[in-house]
Amino acid sequence: MTKIELKEIIGSWSSNLKLDDESNEFLMVEVPAEELFSISEKLKNDSNTKFDLMYALTGMDYGTDLGVVYHLESTSLNHMIIMKVSTSDRENPNFDSVVKIWPAAFYNESEAYDFFGIKFNGHPELKRIFMDENWKGFPQRKDYKDEFNMLTK
Amino acid sequence: MENQQFLADKIRTQEYKLNMGPQHPATHGVMRMVLSLDGEEIKYIEPVLGYIHRGIEKMCESISYKQTIHLSDRLDYLSSHMNNEAIALLVEKGTGIEVNDRIKVIRTMMSELTRLASHQLWWGVMGMDTGALTSFMFAFRDRELINDIFEETCGSRLTMNYNVIGGLRYDIHENFVKRVKEFITHFKAKLPEYDRLLSNNIIFRKRTEGLGIISKEDAIAYGMNGPTGRASGYACDIRKRLPYSAYDRVEFKEIIATEGDAFARYKVRILEMWESLHILEQLVDNIPEGEHKVKTKAVIKLPKGEYLQRVESARGDLGIYVNSDGGKNPYRMKFRSPSFANMHALNKMSENTKIGDLVVNFSTIDVVVPDIDR
Repeated sequence: MTKIELKEIIGSWSSNLKLDDESNEFLMVEVPAEELFSISEKLKNDSNTKFDLMYALTGMDYGTDLGVVYHLESTSLNHMIIMKVSTSDRENPNFDSVVKIWPAAFYNESEAYDFFGIKFNGHPELKRIFMDENWKGFPQRKDYKDEFNMLTK
Repeated sequence: MENQQFLADKIRTQEYKLNMGPQHPATHGVMRMVLSLDGEEIKYIEPVLGYIHRGIEKMCESISYKQTIHLSDRLDYLSSHMNNEAIALLVEKGTGIEVNDRIKVIRTMMSELTRLASHQLWWGVMGMDTGALTSFMFAFRDRELINDIFEETCGSRLTMNYNVIGGLRYDIHENFVKRVKEFITHFKAKLPEYDRLLSNNIIFRKRTEGLGIISKEDAIAYGMNGPTGRASGYACDIRKRLPYSAYDRVEFKEIIATEGDAFARYKVRILEMWESLHILEQLVDNIPEGEHKVKTKAVIKLPKGEYLQRVESARGDLGIYVNSDGGKNPYRMKFRSPSFANMHALNKMSENTKIGDLVVNFSTIDVVVPDIDR
């Protein structure tokens, strides 16, 4: 399915979505945090979209906002979209977990928590997977002070 | 039978935990798994990662695009060439650099040689994990020839850093074509030996067949990719689906098995080696003339935006996602590594199998731990 067709289908689901089909080779869908789970469910189960593969989950720090970028792919219909969600709450960033929809998100969400401190509601076992349990701060945030990094000095 | 039931009623059993690794020889690197066991049966595996976490994604944010290539081959060191190629392709796509056919063909040949070397090493280690030391020696004998080819042309044997943005670091060595031809003849004679030693070995077959079955639906749900995913019937070869470099001009089969067990994962890789040889055969006499490098700017800046480049590395579908703010460093660079996704499926694969079988399962998904840890 082409970007335009996908835009029409996904755009009809909710009026709160921001759809962008010009700046990237894939359709970009910005989802409000409270609709993340319901939209994700639709994306996976709707017969026109069938996004059954969560290709990548990327934590992001946009400077002021924190967010997550989901690359979703349909293995049967061969199309891909980028779904984005973000929040301005840096103290307690919070999104719904999509592990129930795409099991592949399990470790990816743990990774985003580990590096960005983004919490995922409903994740079965959210904990640091790479860094030490007692590590302070979230190293991939842009405001993280890294005293040992020789590259930034 | 009655006695057994009597005992089962009397004996108190409980689940217990066993640490496997981080220095266990079968964990292929430094990875620890906490196994929850019921007797000898595995109930749950909790991987403990981060022993080789170097913060490559964070480091990439403070260096230039040209420099990120040098970090990328430390991810999955056995397919370093494809990792380099992924970044080179991404930046070329983003900045609109067109490379000539010579570069494309040499990149494809190098990728296939890397894939062969990686699969050879995997085959040797797979044999060793199942208890056959000979396979390791056989594999290293043949892998040495590929490493010699790399050494002559790229200057190093494992982390080549041969791809640069806009082409290749050096032109190919004058012996390259001759050596590749020698290797093809050599390996075509040796590959049937692999089958005689392991593939048709009754002990090996009994250990792998029907073990760790993953259905196609599960493979997709867990995001499995590469030969591991293809063994479950999921057609995920990026070389076919989204051809890059010279893959659109060569003829090869995408190897897919439907059984989804450990032997299928083994079989897919063995057959892939034949396909790699087939690709090399088609290209070795047809390397076009031309420059080995396109002129590029000294400082490369990617226009503001988001980019994704996928390549098929020896482990699977490597995706690089870059968010650029238009500067000379990437604002965010994410490596979607194939081993990370495949590792996740290990739990499903090993449900209710024995500890001894975990070693076989772990071997067939062929992870490289630095690729998981990044």
